[in-house]
Amino acid sequence: MPKDHGIGASPKRREDVRFLTGNGKYTDDINAPNQTYVYFVRSDVAHGTINKIDTSDAEKMPGVVRIFTGADFEGVGGVPCGWQVTDRFGEPMQEPAHPVLAQGKVRHVGDPIVAVVAETLEQARDAAEVLEVDITELPAVIDMKEALKEGAPKVHDDLTSNLCYDWGFVEENREAVDEAIKNAAHVTTLELRNNRLVANPMEPRVAIGEYDASNDEYTLYTTSQNPHVIRLLMGAFVLGIPEHKLRVVSPDVGGGFGTKIFHYAEEAFCTFAAKAINRPVKWTSSRSEAFMSDAHGRDHVTKIELALDKDNNFLAVRTDTYANMGAYLSTFAPSVPTWLHGTLMAGNYTTPLIYVNVKAVFTNTVPVDAYRGAGRPEASFQLERVIDKAARELGVDPIALRRQNFIKPDQFPYATPVAVEYDTGNYDATMDKIEEIADLAGFEARKAESAKNGKLRGLGIAHYIEACGIAPSNLVGQLGARAGLYESATVRVNATGSISVMTGSHSHGQGHETAFPQVIAEMIGIDESQIDIVHGDTAKIPMGMGTYGSRSLAVGGSAMVKAAEKVIAKAKKIAAHLLEAGEDDIELANGEFTVAGTDKSVAWGDVTLAAYVPHNYPLEDLEPGLEETAFYDPANFTYPSGAYACEVEVDPETGKVEVCSFAAADDFGNIINPMIVDGQVHGGIAQGIGQALLENCVYDSDGQLLSGSYMDYTMPRADDLPNYTVDHSCQTPCTHNPLGVKGCGEAGAIGSPPAVINAVVDALSDYGITHIDMPATPARVWEAIQAAK
Amino acid sequence: MYNFEFVKPSTVAEAVAALASEDAQALGGGQTLIPTMKQRLASPAKLVSLTGIEEMKEIDSDGKVLTIGGGVTHAEVAAGGYGAISELAGNIGDPAVRNRGTIGGSLANNDPSADYPAAVLASNATIVTNNRTIAADDYFEGMFSTALMDGEIIISVQFPVPEAANYQKFEQPASRFALVGVFVAKYPDGVRVAVTGASEGGVFRWTAAEEALSASFSPDALDGLSLDAEGMIEDLHGSPAYRAHLVKVLTARAVAAA
Repeated sequence: MPKDHGIGASPKRREDVRFLTGNGKYTDDINAPNQTYVYFVRSDVAHGTINKIDTSDAEKMPGVVRIFTGADFEGVGGVPCGWQVTDRFGEPMQEPAHPVLAQGKVRHVGDPIVAVVAETLEQARDAAEVLEVDITELPAVIDMKEALKEGAPKVHDDLTSNLCYDWGFVEENREAVDEAIKNAAHVTTLELRNNRLVANPMEPRVAIGEYDASNDEYTLYTTSQNPHVIRLLMGAFVLGIPEHKLRVVSPDVGGGFGTKIFHYAEEAFCTFAAKAINRPVKWTSSRSEAFMSDAHGRDHVTKIELALDKDNNFLAVRTDTYANMGAYLSTFAPSVPTWLHGTLMAGNYTTPLIYVNVKAVFTNTVPVDAYRGAGRPEASFQLERVIDKAARELGVDPIALRRQNFIKPDQFPYATPVAVEYDTGNYDATMDKIEEIADLAGFEARKAESAKNGKLRGLGIAHYIEACGIAPSNLVGQLGARAGLYESATVRVNATGSISVMTGSHSHGQGHETAFPQVIAEMIGIDESQIDIVHGDTAKIPMGMGTYGSRSLAVGGSAMVKAAEKVIAKAKKIAAHLLEAGEDDIELANGEFTVAGTDKSVAWGDVTLAAYVPHNYPLEDLEPGLEETAFYDPANFTYPSGAYACEVEVDPETGKVEVCSFAAADDFGNIINPMIVDGQVHGGIAQGIGQALLENCVYDSDGQLLSGSYMDYTMPRADDLPNYTVDHSCQTPCTHNPLGVKGCGEAGAIGSPPAVINAVVDALSDYGITHIDMPATPARVWEAIQAAK
Repeated sequence: MYNFEFVKPSTVAEAVAALASEDAQALGGGQTLIPTMKQRLASPAKLVSLTGIEEMKEIDSDGKVLTIGGGVTHAEVAAGGYGAISELAGNIGDPAVRNRGTIGGSLANNDPSADYPAAVLASNATIVTNNRTIAADDYFEGMFSTALMDGEIIISVQFPVPEAANYQKFEQPASRFALVGVFVAKYPDGVRVAVTGASEGGVFRWTAAEEALSASFSPDALDGLSLDAEGMIEDLHGSPAYRAHLVKVLTARAVAAA
């Protein structure tokens, strides 16, 4: 019998009522009195020297309030990077300056040069058209390997080259891995590209800066996944505003997918300009601007080698990756191809020797940073593709090859050779489940049916692992993070027993407002309707690190549980007083405190009332009130895993790939709201299928963005996607957080691209095709067939 | 978007008069023009909406000729049950586009990837304007270029009703315009095959296929034919060779489905 409330129930998402009825309050819905509008003049060349900016005519245009250039930001900090990677020689990465508005040079199409602030947006645009910006175009570097060649144009003149870092992991294993590969019975090699993506949240970015001269206080409204991180980065590193004078608010946010983690120049501009003109300044990104200013995702070029012994046991993995950083270092960009990628190269397998080399490269393109999965999809894609290729080369079943090399349930906790320790897992269980729910036994019959219709049917399997619940602060500090990655929560019980939970986690589609109360309701035994979640405002919530890396429930939820435990412990003391019993004898269930073994009880609401109207209260021992805060710093990452199966049909005449079915068997540990988990997996798979078959961010050799709109950038649409079969009954609860949860936000986007491409390659295997790069568009598939014929 | 004047005449004569002023521009459903203006890539001084002219909104069929008014929306054509032309119209864009966009607007714009030009050219349709009639073979003059003079308005399009017809569209994945679209129409005096999406010259007739299909209206008749990739469009979504190949695949499928 499914539960109807508390942990494990699937109440509908309460926040959807306002979203679906047009009552959501997004940043663009906020309008301040006396507000001005900014329009950014952006570079239309990928690389150039700014010779002269003449604003004199533009300043005379109607409605213009003020025009800003890079010169206005001399003496102001640049946009900072939040993670310093140390290279394999022990040296820090090369870290270029990133001015708010371009100074001296432009480095990618979309680099902001001039900001025109006017009474209306149209007036700002009119004025922008009469500006004179004289730029001498320079040769651009777009291709990463070209960018590293001797004599290549430098994106940053003050750096020694376009190499950000050359990272090796684990460096001590380098020679042993080389040796193992040299001596192995079989080595499978695969070269692949993890295509560059544009996140495309439904809501484009918006920023509104306000300044209150009466008390020297700033407010920034922004579409962020983590307002406190923005407050810290922008306040401390860019504008020099102390935290107590800066409030950052992220109200309803329409999707983030990683790209709204980062601190962007436009946020700093609006905050800075609000004081400069002493009026609010609003910026709303157009979709076209989003394509050339939101941080992009992925963009790795990789060679991976998998060495096996004569019995098909994995001996070693060696990967060599070029990771595109774009023109500047976005907030967490350096961590993505390194610590979020290299540490996952063991996958679900017992491979004893692993070496990962990553060269991060500056190019004249939009900065690249975390996008749903961030590093982990890149790891999973390589590994699950090379294993499939190895199985094909060796003539063994790809599932059997995976099973043979799985870490077995009795091996947990399992320390991998790439520095992480998996706490729990049962990979055979999820593989068993996928064989069942995807009806793999029936595949050959379905393939024969497709063949009758002239279609090539393929089956692809992938088994992923990810590291979520980011992250233990002391560990990430050693790895170069310039922030802690704990989470906070305040549980504020009101006099009548209702509860406000102030959480540092930020909900921008994840359903926290529904799922988090389910946990509190379960702990206390009151109805979810008595509990509200407050988030997204640094003036209301304790210092929190926000939402990304599938961390909200595992880290933010744990902080909330810790705070609620403190509340319950105090409430039990109050109840003991009211019931004239010993504190240790008090039990809380169904919203009632009882004295064990008696029929004496007091209701939750009577205890909370006593806390705030302390007439009959142990004032000598206990403070009034019932509000507690907890900070939770995870002891380890969490390690969700799962098996994915995809079936495709390829039309060999046109190259078009249709996804016929997609099944996912995930192990997320314990689950709070199964419906929300289904939704998270569905969305992740949609993005994974999008990456595998449709989405591709492409620059030409001059650095012009060819896929700069929906006319050329293919977003997945409903009719591109099949119905999904999703199962999360395989559960090995996390051992180190109070809820035993692992996180489910990114899994779909991690496990699905290799499953889809494995299926496409399987469908094309009769042609001798062993790999196809993402996205497997009709043209690309057709060309692969022609080349193989 | 820049400021502009807006008029909505109720007769063709009023529209023609309004279009005579400098930098005036006719506005059909606005599915191309309005986004272009929003991007500040077009700045007409005056928009002359054609959506208030009743005589341009009629559809009439006597069984031999199907006449569609220039102001008829794609959705209206799609709902009319006029065979291949209705099916074509039902796959243009999305519901919002189909409920605003008009056949006259599409043909006046002549986007090289639009669907209607293939139907008009394959059907040997006649474009009726406010001052003349234009045969389809004389109308299309290349990408975004037609025989229309400044200020000339498409009142209606007359399609001879074919014995059999079919339109096959292979969608460009992102825009869902035609990467290649092939309209095949069979008449007593022969078969016409028109191709959209593929060529740098806009919609064109594949005459070799027409001859083969006029001799034998079956997919097998195309065996041995191939289309030269020279002059085909090259972009992110397909090479000239791929487009040329798709033309043949889609022509065969259209014949089979007709």
